[in-house]
Amino acid sequence: MGLLSTSVSITQYQVKGTLESVLDTVGKGLKKNSIQEIDDDVSDSAIGWTSIDHPFKPDFETSSFIFGIYLVFSLRIDKKSIPVKVLNKYCALEADKMLSENGRNYLNRNEKRMIKDRVYTQLLKRYPATPSIYDVIWNYEAGTLWFFSNQKRPNEELETLFSKSFHLNLIRIFPFTAADLTMDLKEKERDILIQLSPTQFSE
Amino acid sequence: MLDVSVSYNRYKFLGHEFLTWLWFLTENQRDFIHEKVADLTSLEIGNRVVLENRFKDTLETITIKGDDAGLEEGILSLKKGAVVTELNLTYTFDELEWQFSLKGESLAISGLKTPATLPVNNTEDIEEVVLEKVMHYEKMIDFINIIFREFINKRISEDWEQTVVPEIRKWITK
Repeated sequence: MGLLSTSVSITQYQVKGTLESVLDTVGKGLKKNSIQEIDDDVSDSAIGWTSIDHPFKPDFETSSFIFGIYLVFSLRIDKKSIPVKVLNKYCALEADKMLSENGRNYLNRNEKRMIKDRVYTQLLKRYPATPSIYDVIWNYEAGTLWFFSNQKRPNEELETLFSKSFHLNLIRIFPFTAADLTMDLKEKERDILIQLSPTQFSE
Repeated sequence: MLDVSVSYNRYKFLGHEFLTWLWFLTENQRDFIHEKVADLTSLEIGNRVVLENRFKDTLETITIKGDDAGLEEGILSLKKGAVVTELNLTYTFDELEWQFSLKGESLAISGLKTPATLPVNNTEDIEEVVLEKVMHYEKMIDFINIIFREFINKRISEDWEQTVVPEIRKWITK
């Protein structure tokens, strides 16, 4: 699992808002939005929560996600990528078959598009999805969350799914938010912060 | 609160100035770091420093990497007007060592290596090992947050222009 790897990346978040019954609400949100398998499906991607100890068979009933004051779980993004050459091969075979069945020499643009859509859907059902797993550690007492990726898309998916699952917003910590949200600045200090402009260190 | 993407771009210079100041501290004012982070044994610049210099519409990026890389090129770049955009640091506490890179504009942590934890042999071990690992992450993240807050306190005070900036200028022109 990511968080136990020898080298990790972390993006810090602050959780905005509070829950009355944290563990119960989070448990329900995790179950309701856990990842759905798409291996025998025509979907090309799926996003959902999974448990840290059984990422390929999420079960929040038997797997604990509560580790002291930390809630530990994972975001899983499954994606099917069909290589273009494979798609082209099966489209060409399908086109040949159609031409020979109909005794024709060419297909029009609309027919080619229909073949491509049909072949793509058939291949999606045959191709297994590639899973990517990103761990989450949420300190529910402090309202802080660490996400084990710096990549753009997983972070965006985390923010969206988190809001949908728990009705709480995540605010990414970067220089301005770190100063504005985590430091208890006085009104006057905040005004100074907002007015700051870059320093020229060289003369 | 300002729009998130606006504030990210508008104030990314704060992260660059933070890393530039942090490098300055490690070379010149280690006592300040030890005073603020009581149990720190040492903080060293690691094996990678990235700097950026903007000239009107062009952007020059300077990357210094390697375990024994000299940092003189970096100082020269600072002298020409560059700022630090990414810094690799080695943090030690007692016999334990953390190594990580910090990106200025996002404060994103990458390549973080913590002291070793016990292997997970069965599912019953997992809570113990995760909590040990979390403790290691917390130690390092707390360090970053403490030192960043010290930077912001300096940055919004008159001390920044009156003392800190002249000291940094003196360091890079020395």
